[in-house]
Amino acid sequence: MTATLPDRTATTSDVAAVLPGHRSARATALFVVLGVALALLTVYAAGRGQLSIPAHEVWGSILHRLGLDLGTMPTHPQGENTLWQVRFPRIAMAIVVGAALSTAGALMQGIFGNPLAEPGVVGVSTGAAFAAAVVIVFEIGFMGAWTTAAFAFVGGLVTTLAVYALSRADGRTEVVTLVLTGIAVNAVAAAGLALMIFLGDTAAREQIVFWQLGSLNGTRWEYVGVVTPLVVVGLVGAMLMSRKLDVLSLGDRAARHVGIDVERLRLVAIVLVALLTAAAVSFAGIIAFVGLVVPHLIRMLVGPGHRVLVPASALAGTVLLLGADLIARTAVAYADLPIGMLTSLVGGPFFFWLLRRTRKTAGGWA
Amino acid sequence: MTLRLTHVSASLGGHPILHDVTIEVVPGELVALVGPNGAGKTTLLSVMSGDIVPSSGEALLDGVSLHQWKVGALARERAVLPQEQRLAFGFRVVDVVRMGRAPWARLPEEDLDDVVVAGAMTRTDVLTMAERSFPTLSGGEKARTSFARVLAQQTPLVLLDEPTAALDIRHQEQVLSEARRLAADGHAVVAVLHDLTVAAAHADRICVLADGHLRADGTPSEVMRADVLGEVYGHPVDVIDHEGRIIVLPHLLIHPTEEPTCAPALS
Repeated sequence: MTATLPDRTATTSDVAAVLPGHRSARATALFVVLGVALALLTVYAAGRGQLSIPAHEVWGSILHRLGLDLGTMPTHPQGENTLWQVRFPRIAMAIVVGAALSTAGALMQGIFGNPLAEPGVVGVSTGAAFAAAVVIVFEIGFMGAWTTAAFAFVGGLVTTLAVYALSRADGRTEVVTLVLTGIAVNAVAAAGLALMIFLGDTAAREQIVFWQLGSLNGTRWEYVGVVTPLVVVGLVGAMLMSRKLDVLSLGDRAARHVGIDVERLRLVAIVLVALLTAAAVSFAGIIAFVGLVVPHLIRMLVGPGHRVLVPASALAGTVLLLGADLIARTAVAYADLPIGMLTSLVGGPFFFWLLRRTRKTAGGWA
Repeated sequence: MTLRLTHVSASLGGHPILHDVTIEVVPGELVALVGPNGAGKTTLLSVMSGDIVPSSGEALLDGVSLHQWKVGALARERAVLPQEQRLAFGFRVVDVVRMGRAPWARLPEEDLDDVVVAGAMTRTDVLTMAERSFPTLSGGEKARTSFARVLAQQTPLVLLDEPTAALDIRHQEQVLSEARRLAADGHAVVAVLHDLTVAAAHADRICVLADGHLRADGTPSEVMRADVLGEVYGHPVDVIDHEGRIIVLPHLLIHPTEEPTCAPALS
């Protein structure tokens, strides 16, 4: 190796001290705030609903389950059951799905080098939804609870690969091409979904329609058990490739010049995006905009470095979805609003604001 | 480290760009690639960097064909400064320079990251803008930041595609003196340059490309001749010796004493 060292090695620490450090203080603060918010929201959300359970009783129940006989147990006869059979599975699902959606968004924006990429926008969610609808209509069940997830994964993978292959030209993805490709892919997947609704019987139709709106209603521990390992794999994989994702923002060619195997990185990332999207979609339905909004907010707060962006997005996604689900099930008495409707209601205007802001500061994306 | 191209031809999108180019680059020299627009300078640089596989002929780095190199190992041997500087997200200048250290991740050299990055940023005069967001920089500042990234990569072979295109004269001289210093330190440097006078002043060797052919290859005084340049560029030039420095002066199409044909006279 003939690479030369700077001739100032004697003053190593002086020279390095001139460099600004990583934004670690800000990142730590963000993680602490999000972690505390998640814990508080979990306890609060568990207490809210048709049967109101005070926070100290929720704590008591949790501590009791952990083997600590501290605090008060829920006083209502159905309290304990409500908490552990209905609310906690649903809260757990909101947490893993929120993490999955925002990690998938951060990952996809990273590999496309494009802030507009999101599974919902480019049609991957619809692709996964179509495949899952096939399972519902034809009552396929050879893998038990895993069948829906497996089909959704394949559907998501095929659509992601399609968007990737169709929208790239000369080694990069133009924003306009990506959005238009997303529209095309969305249209095809939506047609498939429509066909499934047409073919299905009344029960299947109702199931598909509700599930298209997105809902965490009726979550069971069994479902959480299917989704969680997929999300853990996706999240760990995303974090392992975070430094490479940073370098990828230089563009394909320059990233290759600094030693990144771009094609392999992209392929692995696409599989992870499909995995995360499938995990989220298979039981919770289509919940749009979370993957778009969350990484954007985090980037504004702590910068674009993926080593912080990916885990912080995951954590913020859990808080967001937990909050959204709390509103979905408590905003209207005796009604469970579709959570996908809520996230789109908030995400749509936010997206518009984002477009205006980018237009002002950077002259737009195109 | 030796880069050897023998009888290389290459095409882009089915269109032949380079024809039968043979060139060798060895450590310790700064080679300037010059030639008119569309002569194939960038394509030749892409062949040297391993981005384009020649359609015929061989491009060997240390005796191994460039496209057989592993991406990571190649990144520890050659660095490339692209013509255009793009970045998808708003990373800070210091983060961009640090990206040049990516090939050394998980190797003993990783411990030197901070020193190397700080050194590279000092040498390109970007240390004062370390905290600024890359997309908000001017073209010249971006080019210098990218040059710092290339220096941070610490490779024996350094390929620069128009490193001075967006720079003022102070930073142009600064970047080219750094390129010269790299060569003096035993690196091999290849730079695409547009300004012939600048190329003659800094390069050890100049390669003139025209229509995809290598038309001349030699020291500045051998290559910078009015007849050669006039023919290659299709425009007559004067080559002047100014106190030992070569100056290339293109002839004017409209002579100042002639009557202007289109500009209205100012009253």
